[in-house]
Amino acid sequence: MQHATPSSVVPDAEIIRTFAGIPGLLEQAPALIARGRFLDCECLLGPTGHPFHASIRGGRIVDLTPAPVLMRSWRFSYRATAAAWAEYWQPAPRPGWHDLLALTKREQAVLEGDLHPFMAHLQYFKDVLALPRLHAPAVPQ
Amino acid sequence: MNGTLEPMVGRYVHVEIDRSMHRIYFEESGAGVPLVCLHTAGSDGRQWRHLLADEEFAKKFRIIAFDMPWHGKSNPPASWSGGEYQLTTARYTETVRAFCKALKLEKPVVMGCSIGGRIVLNLAIDHAAEFRALIGLEAADFQAPWYDTTWLNRPDVHGGEVCAALVSGLIAPQSPDVSRSETLWAYKQGGPGVFKGDLYFYRVDGDLRGRVETIDTLVCPLYLLTGEYDFSCTPEDTMRTAAAIPGASVTIMEQLGHFPMSENPGQFRRYIAPVLNEILEQSSISTKQGEHA
Repeated sequence: MQHATPSSVVPDAEIIRTFAGIPGLLEQAPALIARGRFLDCECLLGPTGHPFHASIRGGRIVDLTPAPVLMRSWRFSYRATAAAWAEYWQPAPRPGWHDLLALTKREQAVLEGDLHPFMAHLQYFKDVLALPRLHAPAVPQ
Repeated sequence: MNGTLEPMVGRYVHVEIDRSMHRIYFEESGAGVPLVCLHTAGSDGRQWRHLLADEEFAKKFRIIAFDMPWHGKSNPPASWSGGEYQLTTARYTETVRAFCKALKLEKPVVMGCSIGGRIVLNLAIDHAAEFRALIGLEAADFQAPWYDTTWLNRPDVHGGEVCAALVSGLIAPQSPDVSRSETLWAYKQGGPGVFKGDLYFYRVDGDLRGRVETIDTLVCPLYLLTGEYDFSCTPEDTMRTAAAIPGASVTIMEQLGHFPMSENPGQFRRYIAPVLNEILEQSSISTKQGEHA
């Protein structure tokens, strides 16, 4: 069954802090970096009201800077509510909160811009953005 | 164990569909009531391998899973000139009926998943008397689209990778990694444009809203089962569909997504075993009533 509301109520600051830790988690996942080896991209990712400019080079997030940055361009953005990230990072997310495109379908996330880098590396982005799920102690409850 | 042989055997049968001969690959095991299994869009009959290997079911059912043309080991027909593949309601219906006829199956049970679940509804609408029972997994009369299918077949995106990545989210997080990986592997192996062509039926041609109300479950029982993690065909989609069909049985399956038979075969068995047993019981009652008529 799909649920209308998330199970966790997490302060935005906790979500932002966890999101900021994703580049470090990615550095511990060489197989995931290898899957993104052909990806160089500027994108805007994160909580809806507090996204980050991400610079990806060869599958590594080499820079993650809180937006806005003056006149910084991005090719695509994926932004989701803090509640959506909190649910997405649970060890077993609830139905409808367990996938990036499930979140867009239920209007908890918005995907915009030139989607080519996102779609050409869809599983990479799903897995990179799920990294906090695999590091349960770091996931806010 | 090394040397273990699984019980299913595979063969090809020649089937005329749309005035063209097709060489259809199928696997089967068991003996008894024919049970024809339909795979999801963009995949093939391997999704049913656990059901085919189920010794208990095989005692009572002749379990058959075939690869749709263009899928798995069923090549496109010799008449294909390379044009865009597009599955239509009429063609899909004809394919299932022609396959059953070619194998001379007597009142088979048909169980289909996803597009297979949708076509099961169409069989119930137009051809119910030909079947003993119909089972739709992840089935609904319509579901809202959640991505643009043009991404599935274009030269600057790897088709296998994007097809698998899209459907990966439809698998429940509780499903075993090995089963998740196997389910996605079939999507990575699909022919160019085949998944997209199947979705023409799903998205464009196969809208059954306003038609399912005519299904008569007294002619052919109908069972609908949907996984709680399926956000493509949601439980709400299935329940809405079932609510319009008097007598339809509906079950929402916990810890399962869009591919119950392949993503978590053990969990799926808990839900499908009672359905198959009920069909056998009903079939037995019907036979006895026929004997005493």
